[in-house]
Amino acid sequence: MKFWRKPLDLDQVEIPRGEVHIIADRCKGCEFCVEYCPKDVLEMSTEFNAKGYHSPIVVKPNECVNCGLCEMICPEFAIFCIQLENRRLVDQEIESFEPETTPRMVAL
Amino acid sequence: MSKVIERTIDATEHPISPYIRMDRMPHIWCPTCGIGTVVKCYATALDESGIDINKVSIVSGIGCTGRTAGYMNLDGFHTTHGRAVPFATGLKLGRPELLVTVFSGDGDLVGIGGNHFIHAARRNIDLLVILINNFIYGMTGGQNAPTTPITAKTSTMPFGNFERPFNIPHLAASCGASYVARYTSLHVRRMTKAFKEALSRKGFRFIEIVTPCSTLYARLNKLGTGLNLINYYEKSSEIRNGVDTRDIDISFQDKIICGKFIDEERPTFLDMMHDHYKRTLGDRYVPMSNEGGMIRE
Repeated sequence: MKFWRKPLDLDQVEIPRGEVHIIADRCKGCEFCVEYCPKDVLEMSTEFNAKGYHSPIVVKPNECVNCGLCEMICPEFAIFCIQLENRRLVDQEIESFEPETTPRMVAL
Repeated sequence: MSKVIERTIDATEHPISPYIRMDRMPHIWCPTCGIGTVVKCYATALDESGIDINKVSIVSGIGCTGRTAGYMNLDGFHTTHGRAVPFATGLKLGRPELLVTVFSGDGDLVGIGGNHFIHAARRNIDLLVILINNFIYGMTGGQNAPTTPITAKTSTMPFGNFERPFNIPHLAASCGASYVARYTSLHVRRMTKAFKEALSRKGFRFIEIVTPCSTLYARLNKLGTGLNLINYYEKSSEIRNGVDTRDIDISFQDKIICGKFIDEERPTFLDMMHDHYKRTLGDRYVPMSNEGGMIRE
């Protein structure tokens, strides 16, 4: 979503929330999920898994919106999302909201 | 935009594990290979369209993609090289109730099995053909495939390819396929939608998926890893639905035109056969039951 200004009903918006589960030992470290996560929830870890690859780790668990892209793009069936209850933005997040002027648009 | 479906997931199991033989994981596909993504999207399409998986079967040939029949938890057939379409044709004619999917690579379907492919499209046999195009023979060691773009290097053409490659959607469309689409393995949502749409259609449905091959195609052409190839798909793929299939050739590291090109209803092989025999033989013609001829007695 592209915003040029702060939406007026920002305190009313319900944001879907997801929980990312990673089966680390199945990962082969292709980095597709890290590259294409729209909220940059994931990051490559510095630890090795059982096969000797770096698997992703969740660095911003609250940012996940359960879009399921990581689950769809993972060639190893090693990552999936579980839907949690929707949440509202807290006051602190509404104050610090900055419109995204140049979002990365990927046609999937 | 696809709608979110309600599902209950066990937090320790992957949601598509009913469709995949999880005891055979991890699969043999290389890191950054795109075939796993396509299998995942196909399983999701089966899941979302609510088809009874006992009535679905999957046939594949030899090659990296040929392993799919063994990895999916469906009735499958891992056939000889290039002969996935004939085996699937026999399966469909023997048991017309089945939903038969052919899942194979470019070298298998249009290289070695090219003749079978064009005749299945000409007869409009009721098959869903998913062709995974990585521009090279992967499992056998990177030989020149009929889809390798001009100037791309392969292990049998180290100074670059000079053969004109196939434009496979145009080949399928000109032979009479009733559904033709092409996506890259990055277009996960559009691909799943196309699979779902194709599962609900009749006739020869053909979907080409361009996937990265990091171990051979990217290495021999110095294109980096599969992630670099996926980024290239993001930059240079273009969605143009309904475009003339003559204009969608893929050149080396050039624009990839994606989208749904053909979607039309045509009588299938079995429809034509029943019609013809009913007209010529009248009451003497007893069509085979949907469950197959041998099971009736």
